[in-house]
Amino acid sequence: MSSRTNRWRKTVSLEQINNLNKRFRQLSSNKETLSREDLASIPDLDNNPIRLQIINAFFDKRNLSQSEVGIVQEIGFEEFLMVLTHFQPAAMDITEDNREKLRRTKLRFLFNMHDTDGNGIITLEEYRQAVEELLSKAGTIAPETVKAIADAAMLDVASTTRGKMEPDEFYEGITFEHFLQILKTLDIETTMHVRFLNLDTANMRCGK
Amino acid sequence: MIFEMSALSCAFPGCRWSVLLLVLVLLVCSALPIDASASVYPLRGTEGSNLTNVTTKKAFPVIGVNYDHVRKPFEIALWILLALLMKLGFHIIPRVSSVVPESCLLIVVGLLVGGFIKVIGEKPPVLDSQLFFLCLLPPIILDAGYFLPIRPFTDNVGTILVFAVIGTLWNAFFVGGSLYALCQIESVDLAGIGLLSCLLFGSIVSAVDPVAVLAVFEEIHINELLHILVFGESLLNDAVTVVLYNLFEEFYKVGTVTVLDVFLGVVCFFVVSLGGVLVGVIYGFLAAFTSRFTSHTRVIEPLFVFLYSYMAYLSSELFHLSGIMALIACGVVMRPYVEANISHKSYTTIKYFLKMWSSVSETLIFIFLGVSTVAGPHAWNWAFVVGTVVLCLVSRVLGVIGLTFIINKFRIVKLTKKDQFIVAYGGLRGAIAFSLGYLLSDSHPTRHLFLTAIITVIFFTVFVQGMTIRPLVELLAVKRKKESKRSINEEIHTEFLDHLLRGVEDVCGHYGHYHWKDKLSRFNKTYVKRWLIAGENFREPELIAFYRKMELKQAIMMVESGQLSSSLPSTVSMQNIEPKPIPRVSKKQEEEIRRILRSNLQNNKQRMRSRSYSRHTLFEADEEDNMSEVRLRKTKMEMDRRVSVMEGRVSHYLTVPANRESPRIGVRRVRFESDNQVFSTDRLPTAHFEKPSYPSTPDAVSLEAEFPKRVNQKTDIGPKVYASDNHQRELDYQSLARCLSDPGPHKEEEEDDDDDEIFMS
Repeated sequence: MSSRTNRWRKTVSLEQINNLNKRFRQLSSNKETLSREDLASIPDLDNNPIRLQIINAFFDKRNLSQSEVGIVQEIGFEEFLMVLTHFQPAAMDITEDNREKLRRTKLRFLFNMHDTDGNGIITLEEYRQAVEELLSKAGTIAPETVKAIADAAMLDVASTTRGKMEPDEFYEGITFEHFLQILKTLDIETTMHVRFLNLDTANMRCGK
Repeated sequence: MIFEMSALSCAFPGCRWSVLLLVLVLLVCSALPIDASASVYPLRGTEGSNLTNVTTKKAFPVIGVNYDHVRKPFEIALWILLALLMKLGFHIIPRVSSVVPESCLLIVVGLLVGGFIKVIGEKPPVLDSQLFFLCLLPPIILDAGYFLPIRPFTDNVGTILVFAVIGTLWNAFFVGGSLYALCQIESVDLAGIGLLSCLLFGSIVSAVDPVAVLAVFEEIHINELLHILVFGESLLNDAVTVVLYNLFEEFYKVGTVTVLDVFLGVVCFFVVSLGGVLVGVIYGFLAAFTSRFTSHTRVIEPLFVFLYSYMAYLSSELFHLSGIMALIACGVVMRPYVEANISHKSYTTIKYFLKMWSSVSETLIFIFLGVSTVAGPHAWNWAFVVGTVVLCLVSRVLGVIGLTFIINKFRIVKLTKKDQFIVAYGGLRGAIAFSLGYLLSDSHPTRHLFLTAIITVIFFTVFVQGMTIRPLVELLAVKRKKESKRSINEEIHTEFLDHLLRGVEDVCGHYGHYHWKDKLSRFNKTYVKRWLIAGENFREPELIAFYRKMELKQAIMMVESGQLSSSLPSTVSMQNIEPKPIPRVSKKQEEEIRRILRSNLQNNKQRMRSRSYSRHTLFEADEEDNMSEVRLRKTKMEMDRRVSVMEGRVSHYLTVPANRESPRIGVRRVRFESDNQVFSTDRLPTAHFEKPSYPSTPDAVSLEAEFPKRVNQKTDIGPKVYASDNHQRELDYQSLARCLSDPGPHKEEEEDDDDDEIFMS
């Protein structure tokens, strides 16, 4: 068991883990592992514009362990939990250090979702792709607008992080440190969480 | 003489005080009913107030004084004017306004004025409850409701409701009950006050007042969460206050309470609050629907917003429902749709009018509070009054601590001890409590005592708590509001996060917060927006709307700062992030390009100089230009503040000219073309160019020379004069500038506006 999952197990009750296990079994049709098709068949996800990226995130090796890059085809319950740990809330008495670590973990997850080729940098193309996906379910949007938004965002990052640039300098893309910098006002550690409390997903009861 | 004195305002030290003093004197004079019913004639005056009652012949009256005729509006106008001059005065004196919150200063002014009036022997005006509830309160609440930050409000709505409902109930009963217990003590000599009376008093004095909270919290800039908690509580507790007040008043009249009455009271609470919200929502949708059709009568758009909201307030007051909640609901519901429909100017008008009215109201309320304090008949009883103050504090603290303990079990972001302290300390009472107390019928024998106690509590909370909260906030290092505006990255990622969290919730099978939020927003988009938003705009997702707003602001700034002046700081431009490989340009081609461009630039330098870049210049720009396309393009140009061409290398050469100025101008021309091309194609060098809507120009040619794969519009590279193109660009540019002076959120025909002033929102 990884240390992160262990830490999470301390903050989450056994009941919640059981609930998630039940859900896992339900999704994987009682098999031991979950595949992409299982996740893709969840009907509620159909309306989600970033559906594919979410599904990919579950199978992205970078979210499952720190060092590897690539995609796995199937995940077990352990890995399922590991991805979900990224969404745990910050504990009330969390120290400053741990809070920073939590932020980095969550932002890393987001970063990995954008950085589809795994080279550690979000290039302009990847960012454009992300914005396009985000707006994909919103009706017909002119591709120029999408591009313009992504370009504006990229320019914003570049000018915030690099400042003045000579005309022949080239900004490779958003590195993880830059990503941290531009999103530091979002309070990720408090906003990026899902309530796992009192889940009884077998009956799909409405939560709080 | 008055004007001379004002003109001398900076001439000598102490002048400010003298101006203020003068203003005070004027305020006093306005309150005196001047008996000027007699008209003054140049010849001997006759008796009688009417000009028609003349029995003796006299010369035609050249000038007369008829104060009665204009008395009421004159006095109202004078009060408002002088109140605002006071407000102005406080901000001129910097030291005071940084220590003492404005509300305190205004109350002091009111006290002084009231004192003057009393000294003179007149009866000072009291804050009339009807005036307060019907005229002074609605603008403040509408301003608060219309600009309520929705996201933090809905994120914390559970907490806010718990504080508002349960907290106020607890306060009312605790204070009422304890005071009753206090009254039972023999030595206090208050045995005449019954339990119901005490409870009534408790319900009046327990509600946190939105006006006071706004006035104080506005100045201390604490973080959004705390602000919305205290402020939301002060808004939503109105329903509780209304119900409790009416309930206890009824019970007091009847004398006895049965279980049925209590039960009906609870039902009444739900009716009052939900009914108020329903009324507000109905009017909100009406306003949104009306705004759909106002595209031809832009001038009256703001009026619809104000009137529908006021009607919502009055309608709910009509039925004894909660007017405040109606107003808030109306503002909240109406805003997204109305803002999508109305023009930019109307939006600015609404914003400024709301701020203006709420500011005036607030000022008047506090001044009148001061005056009423001096005016009202008082009955002082040490035990009761001090007991009230202490009990209010104690009950507030206990209530907040107890409720937070329960609430924290359900919150993800727990409330810390610091947060609790601020929430408890921010529970200010204000004019609503006073007005409710004033409304008490005279059948209450202890009415004056109650009023005195209420005023004391108000003074205590506003003065003591209001003044000390700022240093306490700094002492406790409470998190402050972050001042920066949202960037587009934050906006993108906020939306991204919403979808991500919703997706994860779906994967976990948990119908949580995000699931319902998303469902609501999809319902909104498919059904509601279709009806309430004019034109095709309802399809526009939020991100695009945000982006357009941002573009608009940038473009406005660009126009105002004198177009492409080189004073604009250029940091990063498109070429810095464009990852495409830069194609090689042979030396010969480079030379040729440079030659062409330089010759063209020389030709046009004079032309450019002579043209005035005024946005008032008329132009014959092609009207059929797609407004949004132009806007996008120009903003894109704005974003590449430095010169950049799609092929980065070429631009590099272009910035090394013989002449410093011209390349900017000339190259800008080049860039226009390339931008145009950029928009219509992919950036890959192998893509086709669509035919641009502008007449083809020679500078395009120079680029095409490098990329023979492209479809050429012209094949010869001649030093063509592209004056026409320049002219075209400029005209488009100016058309943009003109359009931007009243752009509206979507394409619309240009309006004649005489007023070219651009409001920066």
